[in-house]
Amino acid sequence: MNVGQKEFTSALLDPDLPVPQGLTDSQGRPAGKRFDVYRNNVVFSLLEAMQTAFPVIRKLVGPNNFNTMCSSFVRKHPPTSPILMFYGAAFPEFLHQYEPVRKYPYMPDVARLELARRVAYHAADVTPIKPEVLAEIPSDQLMESRFSLAPAMQIVQSDHPIVALWEFNMIEGAPKPEPVSHTALITRAEFDPEIVAISKGSSAFLKILQQGETLSGAFERATERDPEFDLSTTLGLMLQTQIITNIHL
Amino acid sequence: MLDNTKFPNKIKMPDRAGVGYKPQHLDDILKDPKAIGWLEIHAENYMGDGGRPIAQLKRLREVFPISCHGVGLSIGAEGPLDMDHLLRLKKLENWLQPALFSEHLAWSTHEGHFLNDLLPAPYVQKTVDTVVDHINQVQDVIGRRMSLENPSTYVQFAETDRSEVEFLREITQRTGCGLLLDVNNVFVSATNHAYSAQGYIDSFPMEQVDEIHLGGHEVDADDFGNDLLIDSHSRAVVDPVWALYEYTIAKSGPFPTLIEWDNDIPEWDVLVNEAVLADAVLSKAKVGARS
Repeated sequence: MNVGQKEFTSALLDPDLPVPQGLTDSQGRPAGKRFDVYRNNVVFSLLEAMQTAFPVIRKLVGPNNFNTMCSSFVRKHPPTSPILMFYGAAFPEFLHQYEPVRKYPYMPDVARLELARRVAYHAADVTPIKPEVLAEIPSDQLMESRFSLAPAMQIVQSDHPIVALWEFNMIEGAPKPEPVSHTALITRAEFDPEIVAISKGSSAFLKILQQGETLSGAFERATERDPEFDLSTTLGLMLQTQIITNIHL
Repeated sequence: MLDNTKFPNKIKMPDRAGVGYKPQHLDDILKDPKAIGWLEIHAENYMGDGGRPIAQLKRLREVFPISCHGVGLSIGAEGPLDMDHLLRLKKLENWLQPALFSEHLAWSTHEGHFLNDLLPAPYVQKTVDTVVDHINQVQDVIGRRMSLENPSTYVQFAETDRSEVEFLREITQRTGCGLLLDVNNVFVSATNHAYSAQGYIDSFPMEQVDEIHLGGHEVDADDFGNDLLIDSHSRAVVDPVWALYEYTIAKSGPFPTLIEWDNDIPEWDVLVNEAVLADAVLSKAKVGARS
């Protein structure tokens, strides 16, 4: 009896299905436990990928719960690409639906933050502009200029204190999270991503700027979003995090 | 048709021991680069756009010959190769210019789902023909010879009608591809399927071999209490595998030899010690060849 890869795959991902007939040992007896080696390899190797990708979620739920939850996730959502560095894009939505963690509504957003951090980690390298370049541009010209921003820059919006949650679980001595909402800005000056909480106005400003709007246009729309939006603080943050790669006058 | 001239290997890999690169060993590796002859990387770990992994690899390629080992191409798949992935490999090949490029006789992707394991295929004419088409496509797109690795397997297919060596020989004859002989995989599969590991080596087309792999395995048992070895890359090479390796090298001469250790990764010294053992076997063969 021939065993196709469709049948093999189904049995691999569903331990309740029987081992395909036509898989044997060297004497022609049913493969049985031998097939479990493949079943285990798939789940364990993908669990490992999830552990690498979501260390904060793992700390929040504990290693055992994490493994239970992820065993279910990896069978339902196997990777769609051999590039495992970005595996887990469906995890936030999975967490949103997963009954045992529904009482922790911040969990999907923390997972989103962890995914964004990995995207930043592997993003293209760029050379930031020097702060002097910005300082030398007359302000009327600067307001009409457009900016190129580093591809590592990511923004994750949340109704929960995701930056503090991330820090509390990853940085020793970080303070306990307060119940506030955070918008996280992820940047990468050299190799290690940095995460900071920014205002809703700064977040809107950066997103609009990234779409190619002029500085004045982005400023106007950020102020509509957040009347307390402060342009010079935000520009200072952009220089400090080295996300400006070019200014087009 | 045997065509070894179409895609000659550009850089000669030294007949020495190399190790699989793990980022935690970077400082140790650069402190004493002569301790090892070369490095192997897993292609899929260097397919981001930038950042630390690629920066490290750019630095290492200035110091060491690199062997690029793919784990995600799914050459044994029934369906077509993932063209996006093949182009990513080509991009990596273009800037890295590795001394060797290898992939597995296995499949890992089905209908767009990547299963992250090296899964077995039946040894029948239909699989030969599919694998030949896939290897021709890989060599044409990437523009170089690739080496195909023999797998560790845990099950057999009732439909299989030829030996693994016969299967590999036809593929290498029709595509001109090289072979990566994993001696641990030979030992694991021979034990799991009750055939002679030495007999496998005796019949293997050694003239097509570009590289040898050595690694550690775990021991389990099947439903009938027979040894079931699992290729885990999680520990030192065991004595019977060293013996099979010595047998292979004494018979066929030295080959670039990789120590694979991907799980429960040890301190650098432990890994170097394995490389030193392999180098000792290789130098004995080199002296033997000269006398």
